[in-house]
Amino acid sequence: MSALVLGLPSKGRLQADTIAWFAARGIEIAPSARSREYRAEARGAEGLAVVMLSAGEIPGELAAGRIHLGVTGEDLIRERVAFRGRDVRLAAPMGFGHADLVVAVPDFWVDVETMADLDEVCAAFRARHGRSLRIATKYHNLTRSFFRARGVADYRIVDSQGATEAAPKNRMAEAIVDITSSGATLRANHLRVLEDGLILRSEATLCVSGEAVWTDALRRSYAALAAQLGLDADPPEEPGIRPPRAPATPPALPAEGPQA
Amino acid sequence: MVDCLTGAALAARDDAVARLRALFAEEGYVALEPRHLLDADVLLDLYGEDIRTRAFIFPEPVTAGELCLRPDFTVPVAMAHGDGGWNRRAAYAYAGPVFRLQDRSGRPIEYLQAGIERYGDADRGAADAAVLALTLRGLEALGCGAHKVSTGDTGIFLALIDALEMPARRKAALRRHFWRPARFKALIEGFTAAAPEPGAQRRALLAAAAEGPEALDALAADGREVLGARGLEEVAARAEALAAAADEPRMPAEQAALIEAVLSVHGPSGEALARLRELTAAAGLDLLPALERFEVRLDALNRIGIDAEELPFDARFGRMLEYYDGFVFEIEALRPGLPPLAGGGRYDRMTRRLGAAEPVPAIGAMIRPEVALAAAGEG
Repeated sequence: MSALVLGLPSKGRLQADTIAWFAARGIEIAPSARSREYRAEARGAEGLAVVMLSAGEIPGELAAGRIHLGVTGEDLIRERVAFRGRDVRLAAPMGFGHADLVVAVPDFWVDVETMADLDEVCAAFRARHGRSLRIATKYHNLTRSFFRARGVADYRIVDSQGATEAAPKNRMAEAIVDITSSGATLRANHLRVLEDGLILRSEATLCVSGEAVWTDALRRSYAALAAQLGLDADPPEEPGIRPPRAPATPPALPAEGPQA
Repeated sequence: MVDCLTGAALAARDDAVARLRALFAEEGYVALEPRHLLDADVLLDLYGEDIRTRAFIFPEPVTAGELCLRPDFTVPVAMAHGDGGWNRRAAYAYAGPVFRLQDRSGRPIEYLQAGIERYGDADRGAADAAVLALTLRGLEALGCGAHKVSTGDTGIFLALIDALEMPARRKAALRRHFWRPARFKALIEGFTAAAPEPGAQRRALLAAAAEGPEALDALAADGREVLGARGLEEVAARAEALAAAADEPRMPAEQAALIEAVLSVHGPSGEALARLRELTAAAGLDLLPALERFEVRLDALNRIGIDAEELPFDARFGRMLEYYDGFVFEIEALRPGLPPLAGGGRYDRMTRRLGAAEPVPAIGAMIRPEVALAAAGEG
């Protein structure tokens, strides 16, 4: 493969904002005239090929090394990629697509303001109900590592791929972990974010895959692109050798891997 | 990559497993073979969500439940024992592969364990000694004589918390988070420091709790919907507990210091026991049953011919292994870089989580034959 492959969200606001972000840095991305082709032209950058992918697929494509660069939410990268220690680097926050990943509980839980309160409630809930308190979320890995870091034990994750904020009302769960931008949906559903319940401030992020094949030519293309985009990032080294851990300049994802 | 054992290596491994099986059978342990696939619900309930980062858990498409490839034998063997009635003496032996999810550390995701579990031994100290002694004999049978033993006893900490004078809520928190050292440390710091000035919401809550149940209900239900399985009465109950705790005195610095001192005890077992006696006697505490069990264990080991006084002891050892609530041990090869050769411990409390009416004496240990062979091959 000779081109540097950039994965772009295939539709919507995220795509429009991404195109505008590149345009502001002198790179014109024009979706192919035949809109079903899922390819785009990039003018203003040498050796850059653009493929359109569903935003949800981009983290997986980066982790598999099938694309060199990709634009997606930091929440999705940390949820789907960091978990297995894949080498995907956060090269540049892009300033849009902001969303907070938070822990929220029913507002009438007036005795619960912090994660430490939630932990005590988990213990009491088990003692009373004989089962674990349930947290509805689609962010299983981020929830697990945040709860572990805060020392919260004795809870169970219930998978919720949509309308998570309705889970407590529907008696599917007692509390939730979900994305919020204004908090309005949470409030409308009688939920409240815990004081120290912010797991992650996420935004759209340009990511670089250390899992992709990096030839000398590709690394030169990347260096030129990084300079043009104002990225303070070295290209990944050691093509094809795994794990390629070397460059530390882009913030590396935390080593949140499984224990022995 | 095809990772496949053949020829002499395969024969050596089978021979090692056979030798351990024969040794356990000779000592009266009944062979047992649990399934590879377990109901994930049981393990999630026991170990919490974190087990997902250590074990292979996947959907079972027909029932929409989840299955788990066994990460060890203890839980399935204990459950098999419970099925036949918890309150009876029994001793089991097993051997077979276990499965562990790994990051890129290169540690094996599938490896052999051969081990024993025993239940219902009224003399816990003697059973502790017997299990360690048999584990050591197993290693010897595999030609793996030189090794390093570490021991601990999480039961001593649990007995200390029982014996100390402090509010019940504080005891429960310390017991619950003993296994999470960072959280535990933060708890002790919180208990010894002056309580922070409560915020507006907490002040309103405490005021309502002082007024009574109606005031609490009014506060909680004020324009808010009651959602989920945790009801208003649970909110009220915790509010009352918080109100009671607000009047509790700080943890005295001497108490925090004693907990730290007990957890810091380490060295040869004989000296460690003496030091624990000294510390608790100076504080006027009765830790007799736990320390007696320590002493009985050392005596039993001595009778078997193990120099128990010199056995390395560390009061913090075993702290990362939740559900062990007594004697714990691990045996490592002298050569660094190998996984542990063997390990085991007492888990009486866990039997109650698995269905026993009262905690049943339960202890087990396992040997990793592949590691033992690697270590023996070196030496």
